[in-house]
Amino acid sequence: MRPVRFNIFGKEANIADAVATVQPPPGFGGEGFFTSKMSDVVGLARKNSLWPLPFATSCCGIEFMATMGSHYDLSRFGSERVGFSPRQCDLLMVMGTISKKMGPVLRQVYLQMAEPRWVMAVGACASSGGIFDTYSVLQGIDQVIPVDVYVPGCPPRPEAIIDGFMRIQDLVGQESVRRRNGAQYQALMTSYGID
Amino acid sequence: MILKFRNIQLVSLTNEIIQQKLIEKFGEELANFEEPYGMLTFEAPKDINLKVLQFLFDDEILQFKFMTDLCAVHYPDNVGRELAVVYHLHNLVDNIRIRFKVFTNINNTDVFTASKLFAAANWMERETYDFYGINFVGHSNLKRILNVDEMDYFPMRKEFPLEDQTRTDKDDEMFGRGRLN
Repeated sequence: MRPVRFNIFGKEANIADAVATVQPPPGFGGEGFFTSKMSDVVGLARKNSLWPLPFATSCCGIEFMATMGSHYDLSRFGSERVGFSPRQCDLLMVMGTISKKMGPVLRQVYLQMAEPRWVMAVGACASSGGIFDTYSVLQGIDQVIPVDVYVPGCPPRPEAIIDGFMRIQDLVGQESVRRRNGAQYQALMTSYGID
Repeated sequence: MILKFRNIQLVSLTNEIIQQKLIEKFGEELANFEEPYGMLTFEAPKDINLKVLQFLFDDEILQFKFMTDLCAVHYPDNVGRELAVVYHLHNLVDNIRIRFKVFTNINNTDVFTASKLFAAANWMERETYDFYGINFVGHSNLKRILNVDEMDYFPMRKEFPLEDQTRTDKDDEMFGRGRLN
């Protein structure tokens, strides 16, 4: 007999415990109809169908590969489709050291994305330059493009990247459909020299 | 050193032979012969750098036809000869390497280009210009290669600190270079 026996009171798996379904937004419903706010419905649809654009330049990119793999499985959050064309994607995930020479390239990729677009800086280098406090490295990508969520770590574990992704989902779900036309957003874009 | 190889006697090239041939050709102009870790090292005035390289390339015994490296070094305390341009050459027949230096004033960094003699020098001279500001006279396309085009200084010169001087978010005191240091 084995000295330690696991699951001696094992129970049958219940599929309902393993499957999370998205809750509907607050609203008023009855037999065959449901009313809610347009922005809530749009937010719900957007946040659960984000297409990430990985911009991976170094070790954080390796962590992202693990995040996309079957064990951590970012596709659970509706981002099944990783796009490698900025035109099709909603979320720019910048993972790794961005040198000053790479800065204009990153900015070009951001400009090619269609609104609405979100940006996530993964890891210390993308967020702040990290340990590379030197003449050749961009000291954080927020010097060239606006960033929505920063994920700390060197590199962050896949759990941290998923957590950052869920923070992005919170932002996307709560965003007003009029935000991108607002004066505040325009001012933000202008401060980065984007029209 | 004398090697027996299939009954043919070969006299392989040694540092002594190289040094002797160089002094025969250039006499007192070459200086500071050294052999750190067995690698023959010497220097010449910067205006004869191409003559020395060409001689090393063309000579039937020396045959230094391969440039493995070209770089610069900044010695800020070495007044009047602050910048050294270092050539590493390889004789592929005898498998011998040598190091050849020329020194230049930091206010007049003109050095003749070796890119006509060694194609490999083209890239490496651009890199050396990029980081040290050596002006390689005669180079066909002397502009920055690794750093951003807008950069207005030569970052490997000692007067420029390693850390990025443009950032404002780091508290210097937390990094051991502030007032408390």
